[in-house]
Amino acid sequence: MGSMISGDTIAAISTPVAAGGIGMVRISGNDALKIADSVFTSVSGKKILDTEGYRGLFGRLYDTQGEIDEAVVFVYRNPKSYTGEDVVEICCHGGIYLVQRTLRACIAQGARPAEAGEFTRRAFLNGKMNLTQAEAVVDLIAAQGQQSAQAALSAKDGAVFAKIHKVIDKLLEVSSALAAWVDYPDEDIDEVSDENLKKSVNQICVSLETILKEYDSGKILREGVSTVIVGRPNVGKSTLMNLLSGAQKSIVTQIPGTTRDIVEDTIRLGDVVLHLADTAGLRETDDPVEKVGVELARKKLDTSYLVLAVFDSSEELSAEDLDLIERIKDRPVVAVINKTDLPRKIDTEKIKEKIPYIAELSASAGEGVQALEKEVRELLELSQLDSSSGIIANERQRACVLEASRTMQQAQQALIVGETLDAVNVCIDSAIDSLLELTGERASEAVIDKVFERFCVGK
Amino acid sequence: MEYYMGDYEVAVIGAGHAGIEAALAAARLGAKTAIFTMSLDAIGNMPCNPSIGGTAKGHLVREIDALGGEMGKAADATFLQSRMLNRGKGPAVHSLRVQSDRDAYHREMKHRLELQQGLDIIQAEICDVRLDKEGAVKEIVTKLGAVYQVKTAIICSGTFLHGKIYVGDVSYESGPDGLHAAVGLSEALEKLGIGLRRFKTGTPARVKRDSIDYSKLEVQAGDEPIIPFSFETPREGLENQVVCHIAYTNEKTHEIIRQNIHRSPLYGGMIEGVGPRYCPSIEDKVMRFAEKPRHQSFVEPVGKDTEEMYLQGLSSSLPEDVQVQIYRSIVGFENIKIMRNAYAIEYDCIDPLDLKASLEFMKVEGLYGAGQFNGTSGYEEAAAQGLIAGINAARKVQGKEPLILDRASSYIGTLIDDLVTKGCSDPYRMMTSRSEYRLLLRQDNADQRLTPIGYELGLISEERWKHFLHKQELIENERKRIEKLTFGPSEKLNQMLVEKGTAALETGAHASDLIRRPQITYQDLKPFDDERPQLPDEVTEQVEIQIKYEGYIQKQLAQVEQMRKLESRKLPEDIDYQQVRGLRLEAIEKLQRIKPYSIGQASRISGVSPADISVLLIYLESCKTQQN
Repeated sequence: MGSMISGDTIAAISTPVAAGGIGMVRISGNDALKIADSVFTSVSGKKILDTEGYRGLFGRLYDTQGEIDEAVVFVYRNPKSYTGEDVVEICCHGGIYLVQRTLRACIAQGARPAEAGEFTRRAFLNGKMNLTQAEAVVDLIAAQGQQSAQAALSAKDGAVFAKIHKVIDKLLEVSSALAAWVDYPDEDIDEVSDENLKKSVNQICVSLETILKEYDSGKILREGVSTVIVGRPNVGKSTLMNLLSGAQKSIVTQIPGTTRDIVEDTIRLGDVVLHLADTAGLRETDDPVEKVGVELARKKLDTSYLVLAVFDSSEELSAEDLDLIERIKDRPVVAVINKTDLPRKIDTEKIKEKIPYIAELSASAGEGVQALEKEVRELLELSQLDSSSGIIANERQRACVLEASRTMQQAQQALIVGETLDAVNVCIDSAIDSLLELTGERASEAVIDKVFERFCVGK
Repeated sequence: MEYYMGDYEVAVIGAGHAGIEAALAAARLGAKTAIFTMSLDAIGNMPCNPSIGGTAKGHLVREIDALGGEMGKAADATFLQSRMLNRGKGPAVHSLRVQSDRDAYHREMKHRLELQQGLDIIQAEICDVRLDKEGAVKEIVTKLGAVYQVKTAIICSGTFLHGKIYVGDVSYESGPDGLHAAVGLSEALEKLGIGLRRFKTGTPARVKRDSIDYSKLEVQAGDEPIIPFSFETPREGLENQVVCHIAYTNEKTHEIIRQNIHRSPLYGGMIEGVGPRYCPSIEDKVMRFAEKPRHQSFVEPVGKDTEEMYLQGLSSSLPEDVQVQIYRSIVGFENIKIMRNAYAIEYDCIDPLDLKASLEFMKVEGLYGAGQFNGTSGYEEAAAQGLIAGINAARKVQGKEPLILDRASSYIGTLIDDLVTKGCSDPYRMMTSRSEYRLLLRQDNADQRLTPIGYELGLISEERWKHFLHKQELIENERKRIEKLTFGPSEKLNQMLVEKGTAALETGAHASDLIRRPQITYQDLKPFDDERPQLPDEVTEQVEIQIKYEGYIQKQLAQVEQMRKLESRKLPEDIDYQQVRGLRLEAIEKLQRIKPYSIGQASRISGVSPADISVLLIYLESCKTQQN
């Protein structure tokens, strides 16, 4: 809470969270320009802070891991914007992965995930719309509120609540020990030992990081992962596409270069949803139509998260194959060795050197899908993930966990350098607050309840 | 037959720790004030511990003083032993606690009331509160039939309302310390539509000093240097005069309790009142924490001129014969003689959700509540509320806005906000963990936080104000000087750094960065700091804390700024939340009940979601738009 009034800077994905050509992240608030500058570098070298309103810049997006994508940003200066505040709209390539990563980069730089209807509410509060429009916003918020109330309820019964609460309980244990030790200095209770404290704080840090990691995997389960099928012409990409989607989506012929456009479908592989795109075979060609298809395929390859690289087992690895391997070896990729029903000529060792996940199958015979499923699961680190064990559900929740995780790292640091425990305790309580914001409770009450439950204190 | 006896702008009912502060503040702010007490001999009585302060409570006393209240000064004048608790655990949690001379404290406070201009002290029991046609307070009536016309009244009735004492299977109507219970006022309040509930508390026995063998107990001495509660009390010439002792229960004690637990009125179901969790009786501790092999008790002198000793930690409502057995099973207590037995007391109090943040009742204009009557416990919590209620009653009479301290300003603000926003299900005790801004709300900087407010109100003298400003200037100058100060890596300096267990310098360093190292103090740098001016401890202490904890302080200040934005959005008192479209049912109920004064307070109510707050913000804005 504490953040309902404009002033702080909010960010959200403003295009549908689904596969699509273009995705947009909108930032609004006092620090919008500054935050955008910290994730974006324009080709011209011009800063967003130095850019007038209603202007655009072309450049690249970065986060701590490196470059995310190319992007165009549009700058709106207060009050001439949708919300009436400084606003930056970052347009990058579509698909869930890139847009999420962009949003996350903004959050890492200090933006807060927007609440339901918050851009519109700010627009109203800043006099950008009239009362009738505002009443529509109330309806929206009310509707969303109901939804989120339901979501909160199911979370309360469910595994997410249990999991977060396990961490909260551990935090409360530490905080209540510190509280009892501080509030009842004359009581006959155990000293809080530095050693134990450090151990608990470390454990909590690990738990929070695990939850964050699972969030990413869980998101894959829920929202699906953008996947591209690539390979040189006629290795069976379209046959694989059809096998996975269970329908004749791509035209399958023996003639190389038949698939010239991108064919897309959302399919289910085991419990993983793949937003699958079949592409033109990657090869140099003079046919202008095919050329466009190859170009599209290269783009698709760059903007998808997961790559299924198809190879023909009945032929030796070609220069084009090796080229492809080089190009994708550092990405999440599964090598699909197709046509296992035919006599084998391929040397898979060369692939294995660069791509650890390999599935052998025969798309035309419809065999080996399970092997592919297994590799995909392993690659996405879903194997250890028990989907019934509870995964946090959205960016708001993730931001809460992230904040808790950061604060606990500060606590860890404070303990190492030997700060007094009142400072450490401030971090711990702040982490509890972040997590209780997620579950909708309050920290100070919880700590005090715990003190009286656990310690025999009082005059 | 009733008779007219006078008129007052502020009438304070009860002269305990809440009533005293309320009456003094109101009178000092120029309101014509009277304080009513059932016994002049019980003004400022300590019916439980003979002590003031403690963790978080010590903060409250410093804050009361910083605002211009009295508790700190009286405590400084009558203390027997002083300790700064939590030394070594960080400045945020340092807490002052003193053993007080109970009788001296009473006399001191009584005299201070008597000397206050514009304040009448009247021994009488108030049995009725009457309203005018508009529903505002008009008259209060004593048991003898004296009628006083009043503009405001503050109820500070402590544990007296329908007080009932329990000792084993014996129970009788009574106030604490043999004073009689107040019976008429509860009915009068219920007639006004104010709901009452029952809370309980307890106290241990007082025993004869020479019936204890101190050679078998641990000694607990006071510590030095002694820091007084009041920022006006000079730090020089203060001395510890007594020591306390620590005794422990044992398995035999616990066995006696277990064998007799059926004779406890609490376990037998006779007491319906809710007791404070933080102040369990010894039988409660033994039953709930069966695994603990021993519980400790502090043996505290009740005063300098008395042989009574207080046995902290051993309150009980078991029968007197069992009490004797329990106490005598403790090593050192074998021949103990009880002078006053332990007992539990049950009393009427209100649900503080019925109050506004000014401590005025929502339903009855001009009627205020403070102290245990509001559902709290402790002398310090009571005094804090009394001070605020007194200030606000006087300000109401004078047509001024009430003083509402927010959570980031003080423990006092936190206490009252908790009460009127969340309510309490057992007697509320202040604790440092109740504040989310602990590093800002330190006991050492209460004057910086609150004395400017006290001065503006009119409770701080010009002389004190000048002294305060001078101190702030010294702090500021020295902090600026230190921020600029740098050291080269000299051999002597490095030797000191290494001796203190921290890294030697290779290049030059800012003095402030060295002070930020947990192992290094401001004092440690003195030999290397040739231009350091002579400054009082209270100044250097602030400089050091401000530098050392700057990172954390900045972090908390950022949180405060967010909170204050929400606090600045006021909600009108007359909103009909049922008419606000988009609110959820639970939120409507809670908002109708609590009637928050700001969006900030509304956001702290459990059951009011961020979406509800959005709806409220839009509602507020649309009201404004319509008015324009």
